[in-house]
Amino acid sequence: MADSNNVKEQPVSRRNFLKNSGLVLGSLVVGGVAGSLLRKPEPQAQPAAPPPTADYNQALMFFTPEQFKVADAACERIFPEDELGPGAKALGAAYFIDHQLAGDWGFNARDYMQAPFYPGEITQGYQGRLKRREIFDIGLQEMNNYSNSTHGKRFYELPPEQQDAVLKAFESDEVKLTTISASTFFNMLRASTIEGVYADPLYGGNKNMDGWKMKNFPGNQMAYTQLIDKPEFVKMAPLSLRDHQH
Amino acid sequence: MAKKLPKVDVVIVGVGWGGGIIASELTKQGLTVVGLERGKERKTEDYFMVHDELRYALRYELMQDLSKETITFRSKMNVRALPMRSYGSFLLGTGLGGSGVHWNGQTFRFLPYDFEIRSKTIERYGAKKIPEGMTIQDWGITYDQLEPYFDKFEKMAGIAGEENPLGGKRSSPYPTPPMRTTPSMKMFADAAKKKNLHPYILPSANLSQAYTNPDGVARAACQYCGFCERFGCEYGAKADPVVTVIPVAKKTGKFEIRTHSHVRRILHTGNKATGVLYTDVTTGEEFEQPADIVVMTSYVFNNTRILLMSKLGKPYDPTTGKGVIGKNYAYQVLRGGAVGFFDDKEFNNYAGAGSLGMCLDDYNGDNFDHSNLKFIHGANISVTQTGFRPIGTNKVPPGTPSWGKDFKAASIKYTNRFISVGAQGASMPFQQHFLDLDPTYKDAFGDPLIRITYDFVDQDRELAAFCADKCAEIVKEMGANEKLEINRKLGPYDITPYQSTHNTGGVIMGASPDNSAVNNYLQMWDAENVFVVGASSFAHNSGYNPTGTMGALSYRAAEGILKYRKSGGGMLV
Repeated sequence: MADSNNVKEQPVSRRNFLKNSGLVLGSLVVGGVAGSLLRKPEPQAQPAAPPPTADYNQALMFFTPEQFKVADAACERIFPEDELGPGAKALGAAYFIDHQLAGDWGFNARDYMQAPFYPGEITQGYQGRLKRREIFDIGLQEMNNYSNSTHGKRFYELPPEQQDAVLKAFESDEVKLTTISASTFFNMLRASTIEGVYADPLYGGNKNMDGWKMKNFPGNQMAYTQLIDKPEFVKMAPLSLRDHQH
Repeated sequence: MAKKLPKVDVVIVGVGWGGGIIASELTKQGLTVVGLERGKERKTEDYFMVHDELRYALRYELMQDLSKETITFRSKMNVRALPMRSYGSFLLGTGLGGSGVHWNGQTFRFLPYDFEIRSKTIERYGAKKIPEGMTIQDWGITYDQLEPYFDKFEKMAGIAGEENPLGGKRSSPYPTPPMRTTPSMKMFADAAKKKNLHPYILPSANLSQAYTNPDGVARAACQYCGFCERFGCEYGAKADPVVTVIPVAKKTGKFEIRTHSHVRRILHTGNKATGVLYTDVTTGEEFEQPADIVVMTSYVFNNTRILLMSKLGKPYDPTTGKGVIGKNYAYQVLRGGAVGFFDDKEFNNYAGAGSLGMCLDDYNGDNFDHSNLKFIHGANISVTQTGFRPIGTNKVPPGTPSWGKDFKAASIKYTNRFISVGAQGASMPFQQHFLDLDPTYKDAFGDPLIRITYDFVDQDRELAAFCADKCAEIVKEMGANEKLEINRKLGPYDITPYQSTHNTGGVIMGASPDNSAVNNYLQMWDAENVFVVGASSFAHNSGYNPTGTMGALSYRAAEGILKYRKSGGGMLV
């Protein structure tokens, strides 16, 4: 069953990630955040670390577990884990998207959604009736359908190369959908993956600010007056909005 | 039935830069002013959590709620206009301070050429230079006449800058010294000088040092935090109406601001306004606010829309070219630039300010010979360091895939290793580009949305290609690697990608009621006690950010309103 798979698979993959990424994260792994990725802390590894706190943010608000698995796998192909650092999965991008879809953005609350609806020219922008959460419902389902019909498996069961081929087929509109274009969905998925990787961690992605660390983005500093005209590049540990005290 | 309120001297519609300037100038002279603002109140303390790219830059926290009100767009008259359902091309402000809160602070003066564009074009190139359908006209005011008002706006806002070597004459230097020079600005200046161009530091409303303005408003210096455009300033360093003119007006005790008050009509008898009709959006209650003078100070679109809905002034007819309200809508050409990638240098691209940059005007206005070019006017070319933010900035060299491992590697590598040299291209008005009321789509109150009919034309395409080549030359000279991204091609105008919130026209100024809606005090030819303040009065759009010129014209309008009040009526021109 999808539910139990989800529960079992997530911690395993994260444990593997941590095991494999010692070099990557190195000294960046600190205290509670690293601990929160592990189901059971290993006291001998970090004797001085405080007890781990659960990440209560990592729970689904909108996606079904099946949708989450498709989204999580797709985000990871868009922004994969590699020698530079964690990918979308470890950064929590799919949780970010799930939380966004559950709120204003998913409901297009601040968009003009009144009738009449007419198909327009491409330069007139999106003219559909579907809300973003409905587009994700359709898009994720169609990714599984297409994966099943071309490769005989669900999207997240495919090896990475085949997942890439599926995503490319969506990106290029090789896949024909009836209510939306496959590329519209792909572009939305790509854009929100990048958001999930780099938005302030308060939204559930960019876990441990690792997206920012890879990019040398210092987050929310109060001032750069001291370095603005300096010729050398200045690298600093990022701050999140949680740290942004005035 | 609307509830009728006690009469005031002046009612202003929209409390942004225009409304704030008018309110401060009039209340200082003892007039009672009511400011109606459809959005909410705002203050500096609200930006405690402002360094949030997702909330402000991508979810448009400070912008107008499109579910209640948007615009419709079509490229030409035989196409069905459809609503702009989500943000893209430009961002509409709302709330106290309006778009004056979420601007970058780039504060230019239009060139002397701009104000007399038609005369000067004919004088230098002959009338044939103006293509069929291009409706450029002189503004009914010269740069020299407007100069004292530019000076006043700059001193009020504390503009930091150095003199533009190719700009109009100045009566005094900028009130504060220029912003600091970053390595990329220095590289741009060096490259430009090698090409005998005239670089100068961008004029900035992000204060370069602590400053007290002539109204006694003291503000702190910019911290180069990198969160200006689409954000409010948590330090009050970036000049905006909330930290400058609005408190001055409030201090007089003569200015009352009513937020959540959505103005729907200007009421009038014959050619005189009697007040405005508005809805309290929190209760749905309707009010009539009588006033001696009505000043429209909302954005371009609502200035035009409210006049059209109120049946004030002659609506523009694109088939005959007659009528004026809705005429000469113009935008800008933001294509035409080059991005350089630097393998051997790393820049602190995350730091910056909205108006931190180096620019030049050698290819702007008529500062260069257009004899063999298929366009008039030009662009301000600049390098800016506004502060990169990680979601919005993922520049990769041409040929890099847009996702996957290679994208990740390149976007991370070049985040601090790219420099973009861009052109802000002027936009000329054409007979077929205009604003009117949409026949189908309505706002939350059942009033028609404003409809934009606009597309890029050949002149714009020529300009974009010309500027792209100039930008590429500079960025190459700066030492970028061979993988330049050069943006030469300008497609059709597309409402979806962000370009520029520099929309102009619709209620344009001029010397005659035959071809303009307002005179050079922004007083309506067809209604002497109505003044329409904003970039809606621009008869064309220049190669600059509009706020400096818009601010100058606001001071000019304030002076006109005081004169009108004193003389007890009549046309000022």
